[in-house]
Amino acid sequence: MRTIAFDDVVSQVRAMCGKAACLLPPDVLDALKKGSAAETSALGKEFFRQYLENADIAAKENMPLCQDTGFAVYFVEMGCDVKLDSGTVEEALTLGTIQGYKDFYLRKSIVADPLFDRKNTTTNTPCIVHLKSVPGDKLKITLAPKGGGSENMSALKMLKPSEGRAGVVDFVVNSVVNAGGNPCPPTVVGVGIGGTMEYAAYLAKKALLRKVGTPSADPRYAELEAEILEKINASGVGPQGLGGKITSLSCHIEFFPCHLASLPVAVNINCHAARHAEIEL
Amino acid sequence: MSQTIKLTTPISEETVRSLKAGDIVMLSGVIYTGRDAAHKRLCTMLDNQEKLPVDLDGQLIYFVGPCPAPPGRVIGSAGPTTSGRMDAYSPRLIRECSLRGMIGKGDRNAAVKDAMKEYGALYFAATGGAGALIARSIVKADVVAFEDLGPEAIYRIEVKDLPLVVAIDANGESLY
Repeated sequence: MRTIAFDDVVSQVRAMCGKAACLLPPDVLDALKKGSAAETSALGKEFFRQYLENADIAAKENMPLCQDTGFAVYFVEMGCDVKLDSGTVEEALTLGTIQGYKDFYLRKSIVADPLFDRKNTTTNTPCIVHLKSVPGDKLKITLAPKGGGSENMSALKMLKPSEGRAGVVDFVVNSVVNAGGNPCPPTVVGVGIGGTMEYAAYLAKKALLRKVGTPSADPRYAELEAEILEKINASGVGPQGLGGKITSLSCHIEFFPCHLASLPVAVNINCHAARHAEIEL
Repeated sequence: MSQTIKLTTPISEETVRSLKAGDIVMLSGVIYTGRDAAHKRLCTMLDNQEKLPVDLDGQLIYFVGPCPAPPGRVIGSAGPTTSGRMDAYSPRLIRECSLRGMIGKGDRNAAVKDAMKEYGALYFAATGGAGALIARSIVKADVVAFEDLGPEAIYRIEVKDLPLVVAIDANGESLY
């Protein structure tokens, strides 16, 4: 059994919080450059120019790409042959998040009670942790800081199996088009199909972690992703919802077996500042 | 794309009514920040007939909750938040406080547009997700109310050549 120091996890998570907020991953930068070239609206092109300039300033000046530095959502794969020398992974992630959001001047966006007093916790915690046990002796942590504006445009529907492929296309396309300029288009669209209600939502979020522009390994789903993207971009919503050809940069579908009575579909949207970072210890 | 218009706050009703949806604006001068929690408090104060901590007459509100200022900077990343969440409050601020305009991202509802038409107010779109770029246009920032709300406090900020688009004009014309 391999042992990792708790403090080491904390310090690497702390650094990852700063990196994820300020550095746009290369796959997203590439997608923005391609989108800029394909956009035909003059105003849309100007927005793409601003996104790229923003990414440049953020990287050079260590400034967050977006002021909404998000809910810290972690996907953790923990090898069954590795353990921490003290504490739990959740505790290390929480401590790393608190330190990272403080030390890199990121915005604290979490309120303690969702309905009544809505008082800011001032630490940007708790965080959201999806922990999975895997073979091996490595600890892999992916951080996807999730902004509220795009998260609010999420949608979930339990379709009838008879609604099939066409039902899925309609639901996803309508969800993205109806979101208009709210989620800061051009967006990345994450779709979860199958599982149960909550698992479809988990899959939709997980789909956002895939490198932008990488199609599904399953050709049927890859084709579905391409069709959904084409229909979204035919809507004319455009960058910032102010018109144009490029409303979304990419559509990613993750799928899972489901109950014979069900066809769950969830949509989770990321803004053009599609942030993610990962570490392996 | 339309010609770029340079504007300095405060903006007169006459100027507001002359601007058209699609106009590109570089805004300079003083504006106030405010988002969900601050709007809720302002409207509760109006309900209780209390004096507001800022005079909004003829002013612009920018829907933003900025990042903390790193050392040597006046403000952190400071892009717009989704304006639709302020639809429940904006018509009152336009009618009862003579608010002249708002800056945010995304469409507004019919009630906001009606108030904008009736009282002469504008809705500008700032570039969502470009908070580091926008922070460069902010030359001064001071918290003037509701400091306990943290990022949701009301700041008085001074901007220089903040790039905006008139998204909905005072005739109700909209780019959305």
